[in-house]
Amino acid sequence: MPTAERKSDGIKNDLVVYVCLLALAGLQFVIAYQHIDASHMFLRMLAVAIVEAGLAVMFFMHLWTEKRGFVLFVLIFTIFVLLGMQFGWTDSFRMVSGAPFSK
Amino acid sequence: MSEADFSMEAHTTDLTVGPVFSIPTKKLAMWLFIIGDTMTFAACLVAYGFVRNGTSDWPRPFHSITNVALMTFILLTSSLTMLLALQSARAGDKAGAFRWTMITAVAGILFALLHVREWMGLIHQGMTLFKNPWGTGLFGASFFSITGLHLTHVTCGVIALIVVGVRYRGGRYNADDIEVLGLYWHFVDLVWMFVVPFVYLLNLAH
Repeated sequence: MPTAERKSDGIKNDLVVYVCLLALAGLQFVIAYQHIDASHMFLRMLAVAIVEAGLAVMFFMHLWTEKRGFVLFVLIFTIFVLLGMQFGWTDSFRMVSGAPFSK
Repeated sequence: MSEADFSMEAHTTDLTVGPVFSIPTKKLAMWLFIIGDTMTFAACLVAYGFVRNGTSDWPRPFHSITNVALMTFILLTSSLTMLLALQSARAGDKAGAFRWTMITAVAGILFALLHVREWMGLIHQGMTLFKNPWGTGLFGASFFSITGLHLTHVTCGVIALIVVGVRYRGGRYNADDIEVLGLYWHFVDLVWMFVVPFVYLLNLAH
């Protein structure tokens, strides 16, 4: 495929991803004005943000064109550490409800 | 063949091993930096979520989303212009790559100015790192920490865009350097996708 044609195809794909990201960002603003409780709002926003991040990493940062071993390295390591940070949430509920420290 | 020859052969083989994951060294270094920086931002956001969840008088001071919507649009668009810079560089269009890189830098500067304007507005309303008129003082600390860390990244990115753009035009850098810088810029955009909903939109006044 000639360079100019390949460049044009690349721009088209990038534009599609860009429009998707704009739409998802707009969706987050819509969610912010929904009359739902904070935990539901948080979960919906988190879901949209994860999809946005996935699109950005895969297509804008071109992770999908890298070797599969590297993709797995990035994904598994990152997700593992991010999940590892989620241990303290129950303690934040204890703070607001005033429950005593565990013995 | 002597034992020394075998030893020398093994040594030579070790030296000619290709880059890890077949990725150029600079690019791999940037990916590793991005993974590390992801942890930094994630730790900040988790800490913010923790104090927000555990505080009963958490304020919701944001009445308008216009500014943050505009900032989001600018940052997302700057990611697109960064991609255009990379494609121009790969196609050998030096002038185009330089032009798009500078447009990206201008978008970054615009974003930073809007951010500073927003900060000044909040400071003018009495919000500091340790107190604010609406509720717990932790809000100011977490808001300024997270958005400040992001703004620092944007500022560093703008400086890097200008330096790399100028050096690319001068022939000292090539398309690979634009690509590595692009990874960083998209990462800054990616972080903003999490900062907006959690720091701004969850704190909208209803």
